[in-house]
Amino acid sequence: MHIFANPARFLRLARPLTAWLGWSGGLLVVVALAGGLLLSPKDYLQGETVRIMYVHVPAAWLGMAGWAGLAAASLMQIVWRHPLAAVAARAIAVPGAVFTAICLATGSIWGRPTWGTWWEWDGRMTSMLVLLFLYFGYIALAEAEREKGGEGRLAAIFGLVGAVNLPVIHYSVLWWRSLHQGQSIGTSGSKIAGSMLWPLLAAAIGFTLLFAAIVLMRMRAALARQKVEARMRRLAA
Amino acid sequence: MSHWAFVAAAYGIAVAGTLALLGASFAAMRRAEAEAEAMKGER
Repeated sequence: MHIFANPARFLRLARPLTAWLGWSGGLLVVVALAGGLLLSPKDYLQGETVRIMYVHVPAAWLGMAGWAGLAAASLMQIVWRHPLAAVAARAIAVPGAVFTAICLATGSIWGRPTWGTWWEWDGRMTSMLVLLFLYFGYIALAEAEREKGGEGRLAAIFGLVGAVNLPVIHYSVLWWRSLHQGQSIGTSGSKIAGSMLWPLLAAAIGFTLLFAAIVLMRMRAALARQKVEARMRRLAA
Repeated sequence: MSHWAFVAAAYGIAVAGTLALLGASFAAMRRAEAEAEAMKGER
């Protein structure tokens, strides 16, 4: 990780990687969603609504993985003062919030025909909603610190503390038995049939590649803006 | 209501959200890098 702390070295790698991640992720998502809509069977209990899983699960994974990445970048910012760590954490925040919102919206749409309700204040849904609010808080705090010219240390501490919510989301279906189904894929294997599992895994990998491309784009934009601001300051001096 | 209406709504939100995010991030990157490049030429 320390190797990429240098922005010039990072940019040399990020430029070709952005396009590669974007195109391969896009292609994989198209194949996965077409497979999920046209090739995978309907569920014997849930009927056609089970197909919502192919967008809902990747969105949930990215909402949580996004905050894990944000917390890891925040730790690097606090401990090693990596110049790119704060840029990376800020670049993850908006895509993480968008995928968390997509997870909540698609989950709500799935809940109506399956459970008979759009929303239930159960452990999993409430902790995901808390995650969305944590993203909003981080974005506001990081932006306020950036405008003041700070290093973003408060936002980094917030990013680390917010990671406490991740195990709560993960174990919520075990701690509080409610409407949300339990874990279907774990370290011991999968309870999902192969015909449904491949589009789900392909969608999860495809959306993850797209997420990575989006984060790289946002990091490149932030670095370019920093360069412009530094040049303007030199001209004004 | 047909189950397909719920499936279509969920896919619509997911695809529209992802495309909007991708488009906005790409446009912001191109704009910022073009500005930085133009400033480099002003030396």
